[in-house]
Order: sequence, then structure tokens, then C-alpha cells
Amino acid sequence: MNKQYMGLRDISGALAVIEPMENASYDEIVEVKLRDGEERLARIVELTEDYAVVQVFEGTKGMSLENTITLPTGKPLMLPLSKEIMGRMFDGCGRPIDGLGPVYSDQEMDINGKPMNPVSREYPRSFIQTGISAIDGLTTLIRGQKLPIFSGSGLPHDQLAMQIATQAKIADDEGKNFGIVFAAMGVKYDVANYFIKSFEKTGAIGRSVIFINTSSDPVVERILTPRCALTAAEYLAFEHNMHVLVILTDITSYCEAVREISSSKQEIPSRKGYPGYLYSDLASLYERAGMLKGKEGSITQIPILTMPNDDITHPIPDLTGYITEGQIVLDRVLSQKDVYPPVSVLPSLSRLMKDGIGEGFTREDHPEVSNQLFAAYAKVQDIRALASVIGEDELSETDKLYIAFGKAFEKEFIGQGREENREMTLTLEIAWRLLGMLPVEELDRISPDTIRKYYKQ
Amino acid sequence: MSAKQAFIYGINGPVVTVKNAPWLQMLEMVYVGTERLIGEVIAVHGDKTVIQVYEETTGLKIGEPVEGTGAPMSVTLGPGLIGDIFDGIERPLKQIENSSGGFISRGLMPDAVDMDKKWEVKITAKEGDAVMPCSIIGEVTETSLIVNKVMVPPDVEGVITKIVPSGTYTCRDILATVRTKNGQEIPIQLIQKWPIRKARPYQTRETISKPLITGQRVIDVLFPLAKGGTAAIPGGFGTGKTMTQHQLAKWSDAEIIIYIGCGERGNEMTQVLEEFTGLIDPKSNQPLMNRTLLIANTSNMPVAAREASIYTGITIAEYYRDMGYHVAIMADSTSRWAEALREISGRLEEMPAEEGFPAYLPSRLSEFYERAGYVTNLNGTVGSVSIIGAVSPQGGDFSEPVTQNTKRFIRCFWGLDKALAYARHYPAINWLGSYSEYVDDLAQWYEENVAPDFIEKRADVVRILQEESGLMDIVKLIGADVLPEDQKLTLEIARVIRVGFLQQNAYHQNDTYVPLDKQYKMLTTILYLYDKCKKWVNEDAIPLSQISKTGIFADAVKMKYDIANNETEKFDQFKEKIDALTF
Repeated sequence: MNKQYMGLRDISGALAVIEPMENASYDEIVEVKLRDGEERLARIVELTEDYAVVQVFEGTKGMSLENTITLPTGKPLMLPLSKEIMGRMFDGCGRPIDGLGPVYSDQEMDINGKPMNPVSREYPRSFIQTGISAIDGLTTLIRGQKLPIFSGSGLPHDQLAMQIATQAKIADDEGKNFGIVFAAMGVKYDVANYFIKSFEKTGAIGRSVIFINTSSDPVVERILTPRCALTAAEYLAFEHNMHVLVILTDITSYCEAVREISSSKQEIPSRKGYPGYLYSDLASLYERAGMLKGKEGSITQIPILTMPNDDITHPIPDLTGYITEGQIVLDRVLSQKDVYPPVSVLPSLSRLMKDGIGEGFTREDHPEVSNQLFAAYAKVQDIRALASVIGEDELSETDKLYIAFGKAFEKEFIGQGREENREMTLTLEIAWRLLGMLPVEELDRISPDTIRKYYKQ
Repeated sequence: MSAKQAFIYGINGPVVTVKNAPWLQMLEMVYVGTERLIGEVIAVHGDKTVIQVYEETTGLKIGEPVEGTGAPMSVTLGPGLIGDIFDGIERPLKQIENSSGGFISRGLMPDAVDMDKKWEVKITAKEGDAVMPCSIIGEVTETSLIVNKVMVPPDVEGVITKIVPSGTYTCRDILATVRTKNGQEIPIQLIQKWPIRKARPYQTRETISKPLITGQRVIDVLFPLAKGGTAAIPGGFGTGKTMTQHQLAKWSDAEIIIYIGCGERGNEMTQVLEEFTGLIDPKSNQPLMNRTLLIANTSNMPVAAREASIYTGITIAEYYRDMGYHVAIMADSTSRWAEALREISGRLEEMPAEEGFPAYLPSRLSEFYERAGYVTNLNGTVGSVSIIGAVSPQGGDFSEPVTQNTKRFIRCFWGLDKALAYARHYPAINWLGSYSEYVDDLAQWYEENVAPDFIEKRADVVRILQEESGLMDIVKLIGADVLPEDQKLTLEIARVIRVGFLQQNAYHQNDTYVPLDKQYKMLTTILYLYDKCKKWVNEDAIPLSQISKTGIFADAVKMKYDIANNETEKFDQFKEKIDALTF
């Protein structure tokens, strides 16, 4: 049996220093027992012959230098898994909180996962129809992709994520093999509740696995929440061949937790106080999306993050954008114009879209149409800037057509109902109707053949 | 037990400390723990030796053994590298897949090249030959595109005392023995080892004089890169750094491409691997993968190996340079490498300079970029290493330390622009903020090999784009309608240059790669159109709108799609069409 260690040497924030632990290993989980019988979990974050530093998940409140006993467990944090996790709800470090008792597991997996070998990856090519024109038409979601929603506080990102989860046609077999893993990190109780209620309403709850760490739960657990969720997703995708959609919200709270812990470890900060390894840390989450050769399942990630002060250059959206395969950016101005979903088209992007659309995937005109819509809408922005100086009346005739196109594009193409589920062909039809508002010589991104086939003035 | 053993004293992330091991040298490669994880000595403080470990340290225990190898971190160089994919410390990922499945396990150390593969070796030296460092003693056909030269290692010189006849050998076989001046007998194999942090020597560095032709118009015409030169592509996310790197890897006229995915996305490496295996090189009709080598240390793979990956890449590049090849390295992205430096530096509690980066960031960057060059090798052959490094500035802000320091050591700067990317203008290289210091060095080559007035025409284009930017400041305030006709014409021609020439469609079969002569013809045709229009507008007082109505500008824009790479005579027809216009 492992030795027990009485007392502590130092406590600071969530960190505690213990005397040197024999036989303990780096990153191992230890149990910390308080004198009143409370048990907390902690992780070894630094280990030397002279001392060991542990990070206590539930915080160090109530701990003193002499009222604790520490017990090594001999392993990193493992998540017990079986197919029974479907429909269950867990806390931030994977303990059931729905009162249905423990999970009878057939397997335990290390929540840190292992990096996927790039050679073993299957390059994602199958598109997922979300029924949302702005996404399907312009930033197409691909199975196995990681596509975050960059939002701001007060914008309808939760509704959008929910609409995607409800309408997404991920599996070819009418959703039999489709699962949702939902991880809430540091979100308000109401937000967590909104998702759970919506899952219940749509009947998706039975094929969902839910991990909840609300904003009042311990900060250290927040670091573990997405890792537990992704471990569950990997298990479902690669052991049970399911197509899993992972929704992670809110990455901003997660990063703030990382910063809080980093600063309590007195690490050297880089930008805005975030640690220098934030990029690698985020990558260790996002890169767990994907597909493997020889396995049928897939992991598609939709992380949601709220940009502090709507600033896309803030380190969190910035580092995220460098790792994920594109982004869907929501815009406050569009939202105020009552456009739902308020997708800001120009900065939004899906990197995998080019290989998953067009002939044989969606329709042959799709790549050119989306390109043209981007180019035309970019021009609308320039003309609007000009109009704000010289007035709309002074614009040239073509420019006026662009202004009209811009309005209609925002209202009819981007805008749609909260439960409206558009087929791909309908999305393209609307696009062509709108492009018909522009003179044909303005369509410089579309080949003459395609114009002949689809363009109607 | 041959090697002396030390024992782990402390563990903090990828940094492991051992005590009382004075025999460990700086930068020596070591095996850490019972799983024998690979590490490198990075600091020695008194009785403590600090090691960075190239794999996850989860599960390591205090007191586990650490064993030195006596040699610095090295890579194996030999036939079989080209066409394969490795991690940051040259472990072949395909072999790792065979032993650990879809996810990468720790402590695996398969050989970089297949040691038992039989190669047909043609021996070109004979017994009694005096050999210099890097002398070629034989040849192996490595892929359909690359002949691997069997070389004497760069630190060996002497007389061949024994040599095998031509025949079939593996990398384990000893092909020759060289007796050095001090009487040592050195065996020569197909493979050799070289430390990654030490540049392989060469005889002389030559002046830059040849361009690296990329088939991308904005690069070849406006901001050309030279063989043996250095370039940086900085850009925020979504501006197309990776896409540009892929295009260069596919189409540039280097003989060997080394693509380093340094802390980037896993799917991107998968894509390169898939796409390059399928793509056929237009010049040789062989799969592109036969001249490409991939190093993939994706963002979720261990951070210390990410730091090593660009050194691994450049060492392999120098090895092929020594055979007389022109090698191009794409490093995507050097910012991730700098961040790896920062992370390790932070764990060592070093005093940070700007934004937490260590103070030695600039010297490390310059060391890396200075390993590029056009050289005469020790064996007399001529080869080059060109480096194209992507930079991912935080928030797209070019004033951050990595971009700024990189700018000091490169001579070709392709700045990517968010606004262009938003309008889906790719490659989104901003023509106002980018530069190439090679234009003057390469002028003579362009004049001799493309056209005598090439540099002049290039200057015309640059001038028109400059004028446009000046005029746009006015247009933004008062609209284009009030401009005089000749200025409107400048704007229109600038648009034709931007959309019809600088913008290039990587997915269009005629446009993804454009040879230099077509680039030149496109350029002169557009300038010809400009001259004609100037005459009509200025001398004949024909309004620009009337010229526009003929559709000639729209046709000029579509030239890039309508005229295939081998139909350059159509440009003359286009000029005739311009001449035939009447008002």
C-alpha cells in the first residue's frame, strides 16, 4: 500500500507543497483528506526529491499545514467509460451528478489523451448540412472539423450552437450513430440549463453526454472539463464508431482558469497575463477533433468563445483561430439589425470547405457561388463606407445595385428563422436569386458556363 | 553497464533535472527514465543538469535513471528519407503507426530509414583514392527523381583502404573504409549522422544570382525569391499562409522540398501527404511526393520536439545540398517554434525579454536563417538551401517580436493582408507592404532569360499600384465619379492588375501554376492595353465608360483562365483585338 503523507509545507491559491513523495509520478492524481473527512483530488504539477507541488481541484479552502493527509493513487486522472455514459450528466472532473449512481465501466482512459498520428488521420471531406445558409453556403462544416463560434456576450451563440446540434445531418444513417458531447466550462447556471432543457425538448438528451462546470464550481476542475468531454468523445467515436459532435462552451472561461492557475504558479506571463503555453494548451484540446483511417467514427468540434470586448485580436480568439480550421464570427451590429444568426460573413471561414463542396459533394456551382458572394459582399462594405461620406444618392448606378444586394443578402441569405432548416439546394437557390440583382459583368468569380446555367437577372 | 547513470531529481513539464552528473555535456542527447524518453541537456548549474524531454513526461518518477549517449542530438541521413514523414526528431511516423496505432505512444525509437531495405549502389570511387570531406564515392537511386550520392562524412578525410564493388547493399553494410591522417580507420556506410544544431560545412558561399521560380505571379514578378535566399510570410489566421506554402511546395522549381509542419494542424499534414502523393509534377511527370520530405510536429505533439523540428529539417536540407541539389524548406510556422523556445525558457526561469520571449530569440532566428545559402560544397558540387518561413503574429500585428526579429534576417517579405483575405483575394500578399531585396540581384537573370525589359515592366506595375493607393485615398472621401478620366483609367488598370494578374486561383488548372513566359506576356498585354487606353482617353478624349462597354477590361481579367499555359500565342491575338477597337 502506498504511503500516506501528513500535513503540508505551503499553500498558495490552488497549489499546495508537500514533503517529497516516494514513488509518486509526474502528473499523477493524489487524494487529499481533510480532518473533517472531506476528500479532495489533486494533481502533481511539480516533483523533486525535496518537495512535491500539487494542484487541488476543489481549491485549498479550509486546508491548513497540519489538517490534511495525502494519498497517492498511482495513476493520472482516468475517466471510467462505457456506452452507458449516453444520456448521463457529470461534473467537471467526470463524476456523475444526475443521481443515477456510478458508471459501470468497461474501460478507463487517461483524460489527457495521446496525440493523433498525422499519418493515421483521415482527411475530412464529408460535409455536414446544418440547415443554416450562412454556414452551409459560405463556411461549410465538414465532418471531423473543429469550427469555433467567435461571439460576444449577449449574442445568440448558444442558440446557434443548439440549432446546429439539432439540425446537423452528421451520420448517413438518419442519426442512429450520432452523439453529442457537451461540456460547459465556467458558464452561468442558466446557460447550462438552457442547453440541458433544449436537449430534452429535442429528444437529443438520450444520445448526449453532458459535463457541467458552472461558474461557481472550482476553477481547477475547469481545466479538466473539456479533457473529460473529449475523452468521452474519443471513446464513442473510435471504440463505438459514432459520429460525435462536441460543443465546448465557454473557451474564454477555460482560458481564464488556465491563466489563474499559471499566475498562482508564478509563471512568466506572455500577452495579457496568459501563460506562454496557452497555444499548446488549447491545441491539446482542439487537435482532438478529426477522423482516423480505418475507423468509421468522427469527432467534430464546435467550441464557443466570447471575445472579451468583441476584440478578435484578443489572445483567446487569436490563438484559437490559429489552431482551428476556420471560425464563425458573430457580429453585434447585425444582431442589432435583428438578423439571426448574426454571422459576420467576411471574417468567417471554413478551411476544410474547399475539399468538401462542389461536384460530387454539394453541387458543382457551390465553390464559385460562395466565392462570388464573399467578393460581392466585401465590395458592399467598401461602397457603404463611401456612401457614409458622400451619401447614397451620389453613388453610381452599379454601386446602388450593390447596396440593394447587401441589404437583401443580410436579410434573406444570412437571416433565417431559429427553427428554419434549409436544404443545401435552397441555400444555393437563394444565393442565385440575390446574385441576379447584380449585372452579369460584375460576377467575375464565376465561370461563363456556370453563369449560363444558373444566372437569372 | 557501459554508460554512467544519473537519476532524476526533479520534473516540471518537459524539463527534467538530474543531480551529480558532471559528465553530461551541453546539448548531449540522453535517455530519460525507464521508458527511455529522448531528451537533450540544455543547461548545467552546479550539481544540477537540466534536460528538455522530447516526449510527454506524465508518469515519470523521481529516481528513475538518466543515461547519456555521449553525442549531441543528431539525425540519421541516408537514402529512404525522401517521400517519408517524420516527427520533430526524425522518428518515422509510419513506423510509429505500425507499432502504436492511430495515437502516438511514448518511448518509441524506430530507425529513421529502413535499415534492411536493399539498395542498388553504384560505386564510383576505388581503393587508394584520396577522399576529401563530402567526397562522393557512390550513387543510389532514392526515388524516381532523386539520386542519392553516397558521401564521406564532412568531418572525415583520408585514403580509401577498402571499398566494395557496385551491388546491392543495405544501410547496415560497410561500403568502404577510409584511413585518416592520424591512422584511424573510418567505416563509410550509406547512412551518416550529423548533429542538428551544427551547420554542415561548405567550401564557399556564392553570390545570389538565380531566382526560385514559383509559378505564382505576385511572387515571381513583384517579390521574387532567389535560390539560396530567405523569405518570410507573416499573416494573421485565415490569411492563407499555409495555402501559400503549399503552393510553393507544389510548384517551385527546387529539386527537393522539405516541408516542416511546426506546431500546426494535424489535418494539414494529412492533406499534404495525400495531395502530394496524388499530384504529378508537370516538369518530370512524377508524383510530387518523390521529391518531398515532411516533418510533422503538430501543435498537440510535445513542445520540445517542436523546437527541434526546424533544426532537423534544415540539417536534412544541407545533406541534400551537399549532393548538389537545390533544396527549399518551408517552415510553417516559425512563430510556433519561437513559442516553444519561450515555453522552455519559462520553465528554466530565465529572465524574459519582450512579451515573455527569451532574450536569445533574435540570435536563434538569425542562426536558423543564416543556414540558407547558395554554396559550392566541399566536394565541388553546387547546391542551395532556400528558407521560406511562415510567421503567425499575434492578432495579425506585425510589430510583435517574432515578426520584427525575423524581418531583420530575411531579405524577402511577403506580408499577408486580412482585408485581401476577407475579399477572398488570394494569395493575399499585400503589394504595398511587401518587399524583396533580391530584385536587384536577380535583374540580370530576368533580363537574360525572360525579356530585356522585364525589370522595367515590373517597375511600371509597381508604379501603377502605388498611384492607385494614392488615388484611393481621394476616392474614399469623394467617390470615383469626380476624378478626371485619366485617373479613372489608372484605377481601372490597377483593378485589372489586381484581379487579373496578382490574384491567382490555386484551384484552377490553368492558373495554379503559371510559367514565367506567360507571366511576362500577361504583364505586357495589360500594360499594352494601358498605353492604348491612355492614348484614347488623353488624345482622342474618349470617355473611359465607353471603353469599358466594349468589355475589354473584363476580358483582360479573364485572360488568366482563358489562355492555357502553352497557348501564349493567344496573347498576340488579344493585342490585335485591342488594336481593332474603334470608337
